[in-house]
Amino acid sequence: MLTKKVRLRIFYLTILLFILSITIFLVLKSLEDNVVYFFSPAEIYNKPNILLEKKIRVGGLVKQGSIKKKGKGINFVITDLKNEIIVSFVGITPNLFSEGKGVIAEGKLRDKKYFIANKILAKHDENYMPPEVSEALEAVK
Amino acid sequence: MFKNFLPHKILSINNKLINNLVSLMIIILLIGFVYAIFISPPDYVQGDAVRIMYVHVPSSFIALGCFALIGMASILNLIFKIKFMPLIAKSLAPIGAVFTFTSIVTGSLWGKPTWGIWWVWDARLTSMVILFCFYIAYITTWKFITNYNKALKLSTIIAILGLFNLPVIKYSVDWWNTLHQPSSITLTSAPTIHYTMLLPLLIMLLGLVVYSLVIFLMKYKSELIKLKISNKKNNK
Repeated sequence: MLTKKVRLRIFYLTILLFILSITIFLVLKSLEDNVVYFFSPAEIYNKPNILLEKKIRVGGLVKQGSIKKKGKGINFVITDLKNEIIVSFVGITPNLFSEGKGVIAEGKLRDKKYFIANKILAKHDENYMPPEVSEALEAVK
Repeated sequence: MFKNFLPHKILSINNKLINNLVSLMIIILLIGFVYAIFISPPDYVQGDAVRIMYVHVPSSFIALGCFALIGMASILNLIFKIKFMPLIAKSLAPIGAVFTFTSIVTGSLWGKPTWGIWWVWDARLTSMVILFCFYIAYITTWKFITNYNKALKLSTIIAILGLFNLPVIKYSVDWWNTLHQPSSITLTSAPTIHYTMLLPLLIMLLGLVVYSLVIFLMKYKSELIKLKISNKKNNK
């Protein structure tokens, strides 16, 4: 059914696509540290050499009951349910910032357990529902 | 169904089909709009900001879908030399570009009240900007290169290269840590959107797909006529 010319073109194109996908995979793999937008507390804990001077982002959940406000300053704990990092921040937090919800803090590490943030972003998840449904779910728990 | 896209068929499709599609689109979009703005509930964390989703998600879907079709049409033409495939690809490009732009703008508007920032360079947002660049490159290739065969070659290369960006966009939220949330609607598991919000989303998606189809048919028809005119000129 397929002529020789067509079969040859399919052959070349397959090789081209295969090589291109490997190239792109390798590029993305080698750039992984820059492609990820934030590190989890566990990733920071396991990283052998972390630059304390470099601006990085830490993300995870705000630990329940950890938000402490002092004037304009706010302290809270980011957890990924394995490791935790204490975050200290001065400024305005986004509306969606609350305990038990996702958060990303941008700033510098003082050490592996203490982070000084200059920007706080709220990360929301892929669950969407009306408030009544959420309350009903809470009641079941 | 596929045969209807053959050149001689499409030219014989009268404007009645397009007009019918336009009325259908208006009805669907009106229902979708009323449902999305007035009937559907606010979200339990995001409140009314969630309503941006009803434009943002369909736009992104069409933006990705159009480029996937452009890529496939380009590959089919490359292998089998099907004459009308490039015209299909060419007609889809402006639609995809507009929806990519809409997706980026609405996403930015959604980001401010939820994330607390207009824009970040995380993997999903960056790859979406790259998609927009590919669309612009694709369209300008056809605009600037007047020689049809040269433009076809270059645009095919752009389309195939851009094709690799699509899985990166789709899976960026799963492969890497991103600020953007993962997909709510997946093939493998139940959607994580409550049905009162999923329904208006699907209606809006359908409405905007019909809109894209209308624009595509108009554009495809005019591209065919343009090609016929230039062929006639060359033969003289």
